Amino acid sequence: MARRKKPAPPVNLSILQNRFARRSFVVGAVGAGVGTLLAARMAYIAIAENEKYETESESNRVNLSLIPPRRGWILDRNGAPLASNRADFRVDIIPERMANPDRTIDQLGSILTLDAAKVQDLKDKVASTRGFQPLEVATGLDFEEFAAISLRVPEMPGVIPQRGFSRFYPTGPTVGHLIGYVGPASAEEYELDRNPLLVTPGYKIGKDGLEKQFEQRLRGVPGARRVEVTASGRIVRDLDTREDIQGEAVKLTIDGPLQDYAARRIGLESGSVVVMDCETGDVLCMASMPSFDPNSFSDGIGRVEYAMLRDDERVPLRNKVLKGLYPPGSTVKPMVSMAFLEQGIDPEETVFCGGGLRVGNRVFGCWNRRGHGAVNMAKGIYQSCDVYFYSMAQRVGMDPIAAMARRCGMGQEFPLPVISQFYGTVPDPAWKLQKYGRDWAAFDTVNATIGQGYMLANPLQLAVMSARIATGQQVMPRLLARPQKPDFRKFDFPTEQKAYIRQAMSDVVNGPGTAGRGRLPFDDIKIAGKTGTAQVVSLSKSDGRTGPWKYRDHGLFIFFAPFDKPKYAGAVVIEHGGGSGAAYPVARDVTTFLFDAQKGLDALKALEEQWGGNARERLDRKYLAYAAAAGEEVPPVPKRESEIFDRVDAEARAEAEAPATEASDAAENRSQNVDSSPVDQQP
Amino acid sequence: MLIPLFLLVGFGAAVLFSAAGGNMQPFAASHLMRFGVFLLMAFAMVPFGRPVVQFMAYPVYGLVLILLIAVEAIGAMGGGSQRWLELGFIRIQPSELMKPAIVLALAHFYQSLPAGMINSWRAIVPAGGLLLLPMGLVLLQPDLGTSLAIAFGGVVVMFLAGLPMRWFVAGGAAAAVAVPLAFFFGLKEYQQRRVTTFLDPESDPLGSGYHITQSKIAIGSGGINGKGFNEGSQSHLNYLPEPHTDFVFATMAEEWGLLGGLFVLVVFGMILGWGLRVASASNDRFSRLLAAGMVATIFFYVAINLMMVMGLAPVVGIPLPFMSHGGSSMMTNMICIGTLMMVNRWNRQKRGIVG
Repeated sequence: MARRKKPAPPVNLSILQNRFARRSFVVGAVGAGVGTLLAARMAYIAIAENEKYETESESNRVNLSLIPPRRGWILDRNGAPLASNRADFRVDIIPERMANPDRTIDQLGSILTLDAAKVQDLKDKVASTRGFQPLEVATGLDFEEFAAISLRVPEMPGVIPQRGFSRFYPTGPTVGHLIGYVGPASAEEYELDRNPLLVTPGYKIGKDGLEKQFEQRLRGVPGARRVEVTASGRIVRDLDTREDIQGEAVKLTIDGPLQDYAARRIGLESGSVVVMDCETGDVLCMASMPSFDPNSFSDGIGRVEYAMLRDDERVPLRNKVLKGLYPPGSTVKPMVSMAFLEQGIDPEETVFCGGGLRVGNRVFGCWNRRGHGAVNMAKGIYQSCDVYFYSMAQRVGMDPIAAMARRCGMGQEFPLPVISQFYGTVPDPAWKLQKYGRDWAAFDTVNATIGQGYMLANPLQLAVMSARIATGQQVMPRLLARPQKPDFRKFDFPTEQKAYIRQAMSDVVNGPGTAGRGRLPFDDIKIAGKTGTAQVVSLSKSDGRTGPWKYRDHGLFIFFAPFDKPKYAGAVVIEHGGGSGAAYPVARDVTTFLFDAQKGLDALKALEEQWGGNARERLDRKYLAYAAAAGEEVPPVPKRESEIFDRVDAEARAEAEAPATEASDAAENRSQNVDSSPVDQQP
Repeated sequence: MLIPLFLLVGFGAAVLFSAAGGNMQPFAASHLMRFGVFLLMAFAMVPFGRPVVQFMAYPVYGLVLILLIAVEAIGAMGGGSQRWLELGFIRIQPSELMKPAIVLALAHFYQSLPAGMINSWRAIVPAGGLLLLPMGLVLLQPDLGTSLAIAFGGVVVMFLAGLPMRWFVAGGAAAAVAVPLAFFFGLKEYQQRRVTTFLDPESDPLGSGYHITQSKIAIGSGGINGKGFNEGSQSHLNYLPEPHTDFVFATMAEEWGLLGGLFVLVVFGMILGWGLRVASASNDRFSRLLAAGMVATIFFYVAINLMMVMGLAPVVGIPLPFMSHGGSSMMTNMICIGTLMMVNRWNRQKRGIVG
């Protein structure tokens, strides 16, 4: 700096040489500095950050893919599978990884020859799902299709063809409600359970029924496959593979063939059949028809099939065994008789039935308008005389009857591994006051003793009631097979009273009763039961036997067999069957099947011929007809499959409450029918 | 001097062998062959005398400049830019040749400039012209990296020629102003992105930041000893882009680790140090500037490439001398080496005469 003030000395070569020497040293030093910097930088990356980069390099190189575990089987009591797995080729897509979803789906559609509705379904789903969630395109491909897709994978990012297992329900619709079905986890389910397995393509979780209830147990432990992949995703080689561990099997008390038989025996009707083992409480069958095919739900139900199920007034999506609530009708009479006996009423005491009974200022009719004449308790049961029960119930009052109903399982929620069960109502004065703020009236008792009015029960409860009446024990239903026999609490119920009721119930079928056609085709085995007819709407709307389907009476039947040493008990409910005549033949055939399968099957085969095939065949045919009629104009499936069932639940509840109001005047109506004089119509 | 060079080229061939998945083809064999050919060319340069070289300086520069213009013209006519000329038997990239040519031309210019005029405008204006013309042409290609390489060689020669220090300070200041302007108005968008990505490679891990990220992963995962010859997963499974050219150092570092990296650095240090000593040992201005300029050119390649590979500089597409697979850069660098050997011979001759 000082030099600048002086005049600069003339520059000559030697000065320049000095400058060169100095400056070349600077250049060299800078170069060395850069070299040192580079060495330091490299040392930093390679030593200090080595671990981080080694991990990143490893995660580049190694691709860990989960092998979805094979789902545990669901077995019936004999070890036969109700739900198993089937090896298949499948194709899934992951929307997030798709470059051009619409084009890829069209491409897939043409390779797999998918129909237009299915392609549209897929496009809708791609547009509406969260990216990480794999969507199923197709399962059960044949090898050619699978190979064709696999070949084109590099040009269709996001498409994942793989070999896997899909859930298979051998008996299809007959176990739909009981077992439920499986499906890919929804975004909500993944939020709850952040298991990477849930978003693995092709993995499905239980969505309903037992599949959902036993999800954790059935799930198993996923295997893993470590592969070395290139940047473009090509697999170079397998590094190692850990096999998956199949989920545990769940063994049920259900008797698979019986379940299938019962479901098929319901036939064209809408209804349910429950059969229990009286000694253990094992539920042998819980059939609800019409039903859906869980195989189609598990494969991702199509819009046409869903619309068909939704539009059906017989609600195939509802499990009627647990969620169908019905007025039990006359099936409560044996239970009510037990209450009478306990209250000290002599069973031989008779009541004269002239076709009706005046209670207060009204006349309540018997179902038989001609009257039954002198009626004792046994006749009250086997002839189902209403007047006998009106009369005796007046004497003991509602409370002992309600107490007995509860002891027999009415209104009870059972500890079963099911998603939900509706438990109905056992009305009594306290209940009515609390619910409606009104006092219990004499006609409420009259209504309740014939199982009408406020009284509601589901078919499982009816079966339990039957089992408890048959055994005099607090039989509890169970669904999971256990080797040990449970010890039920006994009612302190005198043996001769029990025998009396049994005999009376036997006479319903085998004596001069209301279900003469219900006799078993065996000489040595007799069935005992009780018929019931539940009115759905006022008689002013319908006579209960003809007219629109949904106004017809429900037909009910509870039963146990053999009547003298009960082994099996059950209940049959046929919705809008037009009366108990629709129900007890089903009970007869199901019981026949229990003791002699061939005899039972012969009866069924004959019927199925009339109906046009078995349940699955009819469902398939119905689907084709529906699809043909609906064409493309079918609304899409709800986004979450659970919505399907939420809807049904809501409707079910609403409908379950309807009889309480609509048919609460059932007995009253009978009185109008029987007694033409307008006495009780006066204000 | 040739021993470190052979070591480096041999090591480069080994890395290329691995980069080809354990094969001599297609990289390693041609790498060695090219080295052989260009080594012969370098030896052929050695016998030239200083007067001849000085005489040839401007014509050579002019020829290369014409080639550059030709490239530009053909690109304009053919529609679309290109960087090389197809001469039938060989494909030349004139911008590569310009790197030694500019050093040669400037060295000749300053040697012929009277010493007293070094502080005057006469020292900078013609030289600036010599420098800016090819830079501009190369920028038009567009090839920012090579253009900077030419500038670096030229500026180092000017610096060593003894131009007043304040000009460099002023130039640096001007550059500091010009760079942001150039960044926003002069660079194409893909070039801009390279620079922004360099500043934050993780911002775009699958786009342009991918190169840097993967390169760092390769180097970092190599650790001290490396993963072993032919064991580099980053290069073998194609995660590392350009494992045989620009990112050859990362390929090497993954398999040979820090030790391999230090080896390369030390060998480059030896070669460049030798070059600088050759420059200092010469007695005349032309030889000194020529030799030092060649050293600077090689140095620029090495420094920018390594900085890029380690995430210290943007991805500019400059190969690593003697290791990357590629004919043009091998040629340029061997011309530099040949020139240094030539100057070295002049030095020895002179000493022989004097001594």
